[in-house]
Amino acid sequence: MSAASTAEHATGEQKGSPEFHVAHHFDRADTQFDAAKMGIWLFLVTEILFFGGLFCALFIYRGWYFDSFVEAHHHLDKKMGALNTLFLITSSLTMALAVRASQQAKKDQTVRLLAVTFLLAGAFLVVKYFEYSHKIHDGLLPGKFFTASGFTTEFASVFFAIYFVMTGIHGLHVVIGMGLILWIMLRAMKNEFSGRYYAPVEGVGLYWHLVDLIWIYLFPLLYLVG
Amino acid sequence: MSRAITADEVPVAPGGKNYLNAEKGIWSWLTTIDHKRIGLMYLGSTGTAFLIAGCFALLLRIELLNPKQDIMTAPQYNQAFTLHGAMMVFLFIIPGIPGGLFNFILPIMIGAKDVAFPKLNLLSLYLYWIGALFTASSLVSTGLDTGWTFYVPYSANVSQTAVIQVTFGAFILGFSSILTGLNFMVTIHKLRAPGVTWYRLPLVLWAAYATSIVQILATPVLAITLLLLILERAFGIGIFDPKLGGDPVLYQHFFWFYSHPAVYIMILPGMGIISELIAVHSHRRIFGYKAIAFSSVAIALVGFLVWGHHMFTSGQSELASTVFSFITFFVAIPSGVKVFNWTSTMWKGSIAWNSPMLYAMSFLFLFTIGGLTGLPLAMIGLDLHLHDTYFVVAHFHYVMMGGAVIAFIGGLHHWWPKMTGKMYDDTKGKIACGLIFVGFNMTFFTQFFLGSRGMPRRYYTYLDQFQPLHAFSTYGSWVLGAGLFFVLYTFLESLWKGEKAPRNPWGGRSLEWMTPSPPPTENFHRTPTVTHGPYDFPSTVDK
Repeated sequence: MSAASTAEHATGEQKGSPEFHVAHHFDRADTQFDAAKMGIWLFLVTEILFFGGLFCALFIYRGWYFDSFVEAHHHLDKKMGALNTLFLITSSLTMALAVRASQQAKKDQTVRLLAVTFLLAGAFLVVKYFEYSHKIHDGLLPGKFFTASGFTTEFASVFFAIYFVMTGIHGLHVVIGMGLILWIMLRAMKNEFSGRYYAPVEGVGLYWHLVDLIWIYLFPLLYLVG
Repeated sequence: MSRAITADEVPVAPGGKNYLNAEKGIWSWLTTIDHKRIGLMYLGSTGTAFLIAGCFALLLRIELLNPKQDIMTAPQYNQAFTLHGAMMVFLFIIPGIPGGLFNFILPIMIGAKDVAFPKLNLLSLYLYWIGALFTASSLVSTGLDTGWTFYVPYSANVSQTAVIQVTFGAFILGFSSILTGLNFMVTIHKLRAPGVTWYRLPLVLWAAYATSIVQILATPVLAITLLLLILERAFGIGIFDPKLGGDPVLYQHFFWFYSHPAVYIMILPGMGIISELIAVHSHRRIFGYKAIAFSSVAIALVGFLVWGHHMFTSGQSELASTVFSFITFFVAIPSGVKVFNWTSTMWKGSIAWNSPMLYAMSFLFLFTIGGLTGLPLAMIGLDLHLHDTYFVVAHFHYVMMGGAVIAFIGGLHHWWPKMTGKMYDDTKGKIACGLIFVGFNMTFFTQFFLGSRGMPRRYYTYLDQFQPLHAFSTYGSWVLGAGLFFVLYTFLESLWKGEKAPRNPWGGRSLEWMTPSPPPTENFHRTPTVTHGPYDFPSTVDK
């Protein structure tokens, strides 16, 4: 809930009964900030559980088809994966700096840092695009689409099912994240944030760190360990 | 003590304005962020789902009146029980009490003006509607015949029905449920009025809190499970397909990791309501406040460790089955703690013999049977005999319908005057409750016998020897149906010509009884300060 929207909420109430002198449903701005922050953290918990199911599937199938997983993971491009890891870690840094800048009401700096974060996220997706097209070209695909030849083990297709679902859903989170970064960037341009009000930047920042963190687990587990 | 709550002195809102008449027109409802209006819309929506899913149940019982085929073919029967289950679970019981009743009472009970995120609350309702549309759209296309559990491999590549539509609907409904849970948890943490300490929360809010824990931690796993199922069915990615190296049992583990805790999303709110009904209508300080409060949290937490008891016959390892069986028995402890504390609360109370109290008594009776019949099902040896029989059907209907739904209807009678500002005819309410109690036991107690004698669930024809019991169960379903329709009539009559409800018709001590009925949009003129607990009734305090 942004301050602007809660203000709307309050006027909505006052329209009905102007005698009431209630600003909004929070007594103090602090409470509002605390509530927003707690809400974001709880949302991140649900994200972890969401990906938790996929990590669970990864570990189970890796245990079952260990040889297939080792063989299949050599077909992932470690260099591209490492490059993407670098992009995301750097973007987490610029995001954290952007939160700091918005707290200090440094509008231009906030916007610049958010723009860099946005571009790094875009770069991640470009690399991902090349990786995916390569996999599709080679027929390294999930389930019944798996057409690659020359494998000595039977269930490489399960590895690629896990790979595509996990990186695909993660990629979707990156796309959503880019939308959110754009949103707070536009609001920062309108000079809406200050030391008193920066909850949206903080919230998007927390979300973005989680997206980064999930990749930091995906990269070694899929690309390096197999 | 009447001076203890400052909100006591709040008069009716100026100009007779309340949340119902403050703004007019359908648009003011569709765009409202008032938790009370959203709660009412939830009540209407989930009530409609209950009506449709209940009609499916009556049709199923009519088909089972005679051993041979009567009104449905086998595929139609499969569709009817699937939609009965899926709609009851995802569209009624899970969102019903939290979305409908808790939405209304939770902020008022803690002295807040709204939930922490009012717009998110409205989004939850819209997501519910969208999810319901996807689910209901199967009714006009090919239906659904997988059972409400959507088990693979049947749902992935055999069934010819609208699996993707309904599972996508359930996926969206999951987000609605998550947002509601998240909203309530933050609201209870951050928006309590001065003096509303954790141990002064009405017990229904401890139950709401425990429910929120489960909604937040379990529902995301359902989301990913259904997403994988959709991908499996649409593209054949092989994660659950044994031909491609996948594991159908993994689907069951994922599914029940959500759906067993979801059982507690359904029953915990009901338990919370019962704590209120029994204390308020016995005018007696609740016995063992902390025991009841923490048993809710304990049930929520233990509930995460028992999902494997749905899978004793699915081929999971014997060690896993043994461990799951062992942990399952632990659920009986906090459940028993609650039942004994409720019973002790009534001891020496001044018990009002009205509709809400009758529902609370029914709950105690029915839930105890439901709980105790869960124990034989948790024993691996007995479960092998009872698995997939009517014994299981009877057991979970005693917990879900006899527990959650009875509590829901009881809670509706309890807070109806607050929500609508109208009283209902208590005599009619009591008659309806009696019909429901008798009809329910006729319908489902019979099914314990059917199941233990070997009648399997999900069959539309059966051996002649089961006919007397099946027929009795069907007659019971008509009594039950009549009782439920009578409840609907009683409420409609109350809206039509009910007497005006006073501020506090039951002598309750929690904050919702301190505002006018119906409450003003802001709930309270100014934030109330609370100096006593929710169960400090005058007789208790005077001693």
